[in-house]
Parts: sequence; structure tokens; C-alpha cells
Amino acid sequence: MDKRELLLGDEAVALAALHAGISGAYAYPGTPSTELFEFIERKQEEYGVHALWSANEKVAYEEALGMSYAGKRVIVSMKHVGLNVAADPFMNSGVTGVNGGMVVCVADDPGMHSSQNEQDSRFFAKFCLIPCLEPATQQEAYDMTHRAFELSERFGLPIMLRLVTRLAHSRSDVATLTGRSQNPINKVPRGGQFTLLPSNARVQYERLTRVQTELQAESEKSPCNELVLGSGKSSLGVITSGIAHNYFMEAVGGEPPMPYLQVGQYPIPAAKVRDLVDSVDEILVIEEGYPLIEEALGGLVGVSGKKVRGKLDGSLPRTGELDPAIVAKVMGRQTEQVWKRTIEPLPGRPPALCPGCPHTDTFKALNEAVAGYEQPTITSDIGCYTLGFYPPLNAIETCVDMGASISMASGAAHAGLWPVLCALGDSTFAHSGMTGLLGAAREDVDMTVMILDNGTVAMTGTQKTLATGEELERIVTGLGVDPGHLRVITPLSRHHDENVAIIKEEIEHRGLSVIIARRACIQIKKR
Amino acid sequence: MKYDIVLAGVGGQGILTIAYLLDNLAVRKGLRIKQSEVHGMAQRGGAVYSHMRISDDVIISDLIPDGAADMILSVEPLEVQRYLHLLGPRGVVVSSNQPFINITDYPPEEQVLEALLRLSNALLINAKKIAAASKSPRSQNVAMVGAATPFLPFEAADFVPIIEELFASKGEAVVNSNIQVLENASSIGSFYKELLDGGVANDLAYTLVERIQVGSFAPELADDYAKALAAKPTECKKAISSLDEDVPQERALLDMLKSA
Ligand SMILES: Cc1ncc(C[n+]2csc(CCOP(=O)(O)OP(=O)(O)O)c2C)c(N)n1
Ligand code: SF4
Repeated sequence: MDKRELLLGDEAVALAALHAGISGAYAYPGTPSTELFEFIERKQEEYGVHALWSANEKVAYEEALGMSYAGKRVIVSMKHVGLNVAADPFMNSGVTGVNGGMVVCVADDPGMHSSQNEQDSRFFAKFCLIPCLEPATQQEAYDMTHRAFELSERFGLPIMLRLVTRLAHSRSDVATLTGRSQNPINKVPRGGQFTLLPSNARVQYERLTRVQTELQAESEKSPCNELVLGSGKSSLGVITSGIAHNYFMEAVGGEPPMPYLQVGQYPIPAAKVRDLVDSVDEILVIEEGYPLIEEALGGLVGVSGKKVRGKLDGSLPRTGELDPAIVAKVMGRQTEQVWKRTIEPLPGRPPALCPGCPHTDTFKALNEAVAGYEQPTITSDIGCYTLGFYPPLNAIETCVDMGASISMASGAAHAGLWPVLCALGDSTFAHSGMTGLLGAAREDVDMTVMILDNGTVAMTGTQKTLATGEELERIVTGLGVDPGHLRVITPLSRHHDENVAIIKEEIEHRGLSVIIARRACIQIKKR
Repeated sequence: MKYDIVLAGVGGQGILTIAYLLDNLAVRKGLRIKQSEVHGMAQRGGAVYSHMRISDDVIISDLIPDGAADMILSVEPLEVQRYLHLLGPRGVVVSSNQPFINITDYPPEEQVLEALLRLSNALLINAKKIAAASKSPRSQNVAMVGAATPFLPFEAADFVPIIEELFASKGEAVVNSNIQVLENASSIGSFYKELLDGGVANDLAYTLVERIQVGSFAPELADDYAKALAAKPTECKKAISSLDEDVPQERALLDMLKSA
């Protein structure tokens, strides 16, 4: 230990990855994972690593896999829903295995601070049959990242590192190690390992299932899984994981009077769980996210003679994130609210589009253009522009997953709805909109696609976008959109009438149109 | 030593700068910190907050439990209300008196300020005026840190090297005006705190503090002021209200209140 640094959970992982000798980092932005890649991006010259944003998480994952294939260490990071996009290479990389150490850092968002759902990535690690490490503190985030690289190279598997919002975005002082140098090029020898033809895949999958006993043994002896049985008899035993452990420790003042098991490495250390269960009558499971450990413990028929408590029996809330008050309560140690509000009811302050945002002008024009139609359909997507859902704009009606606006609009048009429009950002288009548009162009679907080109990935903090300006126009026509029905407007109030007219014209064109609304996000202009 | 602060404000108001100043000072002093913040969606003009825990011992949870915070430090007066459940029995509120109105159902301004003045432990600080006095209108968040220092385990002077570091790239003038903002706000905070400690009702203390020229505060006289105000609160309030401009805090003002 030579140094203490003040780091976000995300940054602790990033710095550890640099110290562990990565040669590259890949990512697509997404709260709460963004700061991990951004930290590496800032240090890429100092450490001589490759760090450029990828078009989406699937691409990022595959790029990372390629770097590992070459024998180098690599980290790929994303938010939880990003792993859905990368699920195909992710699941298959369990089968191929990896060469250079590869860590997949996934940041979950319990409580949905900035997300569409609160899916728990630990299930994905289990699904893929790979180990998952789950830190509780910034220090553990740093230490476990080193451990993850070591495990990855020892077992030849990608290792998942699971963060949650409250750790990813919380800062603390971290003791760091001196760095290790990068791996030399050491490509996978030719053979079947990475060519998943059924004949090869069967061999690889066999290997993956065989290694499970070793992974299990590794979990049992891992210092990340700490079992404390204590001396006296206790009726209650507690199992915690990740950041939930902190709330538990806070509630008991740092000194638990009962036996407990802190899980930080998966597969779940079954023998340690058994030891805990044997010494108590009742087990309380406190975990952030879905009840993964609790479900595994209770199974279908429960643990005979023992009571299992947690999110499934209602002892803890099933949805949202945990906090110190919720955990104190389940531990029977109520925290106290001393001060009461002196303004009731307190108005909410939801996020809103910035004053002067180009999206506002686009939506105003869009709203007026569709006002005369009986049943206009306006699908949309994920980005700052999703805030156009709220009053006073009330401009959009869907936001499901990145790129869905175009494909859902196609389906709605196929079903016979008219007029159908969709609105999505330039980065969302580059991420997952292009494939949907390719299909729509092939059959000239009767709909109007609006790409809101503000020149940046604004929602996640104005990262660089991959398709903007004229490049974006070339992509659109390249995908097969009729250049006569590709229009570019400038969303400004002084162009309002003209913009409304253009949108109306393209609605009336009974085929596919694309309108690019181009004006820079004011947050990039400010810088 | 353990000190838990909830930082509050609206996305874009710069509470992360406040966190930066506190974090770095704490670390420089060899203390441990955990500071959790909100990024992403909420930063678009929504309510934002940060839990900041400082201690000379290990800190367990990143979040502050209900009823445990030592301070709510807010750059916006309405936002204080959102986090009062976190404040401990002896906790204090240090809030800017400058409303940030970006919602249609924002309560009447006076109601928002009065609601805070009804709390015996709330300092309402005119961050805008303090920042303007040093011709540094963007330093309202620095002013709030300054006003909070009398309660923190730090001295105002401790922040100087951190401010120098933070604003170094913007030049000496910016550094100096921020230091001045911090120091002025600190003496205002000290004076205000002494008045409340001396038993002066918050609305009276606030009325007086609002009428005193930034830069002229003399916290060492607070005791005398507190006595004068406590003796004849109604008369003093009337006398202060009759002032039609800000006055320096001198003997003359104290004498005026005494003879009110
Ligand atoms: C699969 C997936 N990856 C990442 C995100 C996080 N995310 C939400 S919006 C957004 C980018 C939006 O950029 P853009 O489409 O250009 O719209 P803008 O915010 O600039 O208006 C990202 C990366 C997500 N929700 N889902
Ligand atoms: S960050 Fe940019 S795109 Fe997002 S709301 Fe603000 S101006 Fe609009």
C-alpha cells in the first residue's frame, strides 16, 4: 500500500484496472457506470491504454473480447441494461472463455435513479456460469478489481464486477498498490476455442460446466466471503451482500451481536451458508437488488425447520433500493426522524429539459404538426428528449430500450396506425437505431423518423457521439432512405412555422421520411 | 469526531463544487470521508443532494441514516425541506435564501423563507449578496461553505489552499475573490450563530443580518447584539425595518438597537 486517493466507486475500479495492467477499456455511457470509463479516458496517455467510446455495449464487449484474444488485459463497463444489449457476446464468452484477463464491470441502478428498470446483473453472471465479485466499499472495489483480473487469467473466464449506484457514485479514500505492466501480445493459438461451431461449442461448454466445482471451491475460501459465527447461540443469523452490508453494519453500530455471512464473491459459498444456517433458527438476507441469495437459500420448498426472511416474505421492500433506515428497521433498531417538514405538501422537483434546449423547440414544432390528426402515434427513446414526456410538452408516448422508437414505430405502422412518428437522439440512433431504420427503408414504411441531432450524448454528461452532422445524413441515405425525404431542420423558435410545415409535409408523404433536427446541446456550447 | 452533512440543491447549482471543497479539506486534514452523490437524470434541473460523512474513524455506510445528520447545507431554501428527516436532534440548517424557481407549483417565496425561520436551528444566508459584494456572482456555493464553517470541524482559513487549487486555472483575481467570499460568509455565519445561541428569535436575527453590510461583520460583538435584541425584540425589529439601506456593523448600530 503506497498511496491514498479520493475516488468514486467507479473510479476505484478504473484505477485498479490501470494498475492491473489493462491495455484497453471499452464502454458505452450509461448512469451509473459512465465515470469508470471517463477516468481511464483521462489517463489513457499516462498509462498507454486504448480508450475510445464504443457505438454500443455489444460492440464494446466484442472489442474487449478481441483485446483479450490477443492476450492483453481489458475492462469493459456498462450500466445494467447495457448488458442486455451485450448479452449475446457476453453469454458466448463464457463458452469461449478468455485469454488476457477480462473484467466486465456492470453498474446496477436499484431505485431506478436514471434507468428503465432495476434488473440485477448477478443473475447474468450466474446465467453465464462465471464468477461475480460484489464490493461493499470503494476499497473493496479497488481490491476486487485486482482479484478479478487474477481470477480471469487463472480460470480463463470473463469475471463480472457488480456495482450499484450508491457505490459507483460515492467517493472515499482508497489505498492503492503500485502498478503492474501490461501483458505482451500472446494470441490464442488457432483451434476451436473461439469458433463456436456446434462441435467446438460442445467441447467448450463441457469445459465451462466442469470448471464450476473449482469456482465453487474458490468462493468457499475467498476472503470476499466472510463468515462470522461468534461464540454464543443466536436465533437470528444474517446474510448480507455488497453495499447492503454497510447498512447492516451501520444498524448494529459496527458490532453485530449475531452470526453473519458477508457475500462478496459468487457462486454463493454454499458451505459457508450451510454453516450459518446450522447455527441459527432464522436467517435474514439483506441484499441490494433482486432476492438472488434469498431465492437460492429458500429454493422452492424452503429450509426445513428454519425461517428465511428478506424481500420475498416482505420483511424488506421488494422494489427500490435499500437504505440505512430500512435496514435498521428490519434489524429492530428504528432510526428516528426528529425534524418535521414545515412545508406540506412539498412540491416535487423532477428533472427537466434545460432552458434553451433544442429538443424543446423540436417538440413544440412536432406537437403543432400533429395537432390536426385524430390519432397520431409518437414513439420515442432514451435520452434528454425523453423528458418531453412531461407537461407542458407531453410530446412522446414510449421509451422502452435504446433504438426501440424506430422499430416500434414500424410495427405500429404495420398494424395500420397513421400517422406514426418517432423521435430519438443521435447517439441512440448510432447505438441501435440504424438497424431498425435499415429494415424500415427496405419496405418504405409509412412513418416519419425524427433524429434529434444535438451533437452529443447529453443525458449521460455530453460524451462524444459517433454520428452527427453530415456524417449522420450520409448514414441515413446509405441505409436506403430516399434523399428526397431526408429533411434537415433547425429547431429554433424563429424557424417554428417553417419546421411545422416540413414535418406536416413528411407526414403526408405516404412512405418513409427522416427529419434531422439539428442544433447543438447548450451544455456543450457552454464549455 | 464524526460530522455528517446533507448537501442539497438543484441540478446545475454547483453542489458538487461544495463537495469538492469539503472532501479535499477533510482528506488534507487526515480525516476519512464518504461522499455519495447523484449523477445522470437528476442533474437536469431536478432535486440533487449529496451525503457527506467526515470522521476520524472508519465510516460504514455511504448514506446518512434518518435523524443522524449534523447539518443540511443547501444552496436553495425549498430543497432543505426534502431532507429534514435526515437531520439529527442537535443538527443545523445552513441555507441560501435565494429560491430557484423552475417548477410551476413553487410555493410563494415568503412562505418558503418563513418556513425555515420557524426552525430554531436554521441560518438563512443571502449568498447572492455575499457573492456580489466580491464581484463574483458565480460564487454563491462558496459563500454557503463559508457560512457553514462556524459549525464545521474546520476553520475558514483551512479552505484557502483548496480554493487556490480549485480555481488556479482561472487566475489570481478569481482565487482572491472566492477567498474573500468565503471569509465574508464565514463571519456572517459566526455572527448569526452567536445571535441564535444567545436566544434571539430566528426571524429577528435574520432581519438584522440581512441589513448589515457584507464585509463589516464583527462576530466578537455578537454577544452585545444578542443581549440588545433579546431585551427589546419588538422595538429592535421596528428599528431595523426602518433602515432603508444596508449599514455597517459598528457601535452606532448597536447603540441604535440598545436605545430602540
Ligand atoms: C442500453 C443502454 N445503454 C445506455 C443507456 C444510458 N443512456 C440513456 S440516454 C443515453 C444517450 C442518449 O443520447 P442521445 O440519444 O444522443 O440523446 P440526448 O441525451 O443527447 O438528447 C444513454 C447512453 C441506456 N439507457 N440503455
Ligand atoms: S443537456 Fe443538452 S440536450 Fe439535455 S436538456 Fe440540456 S440542453 Fe437539452
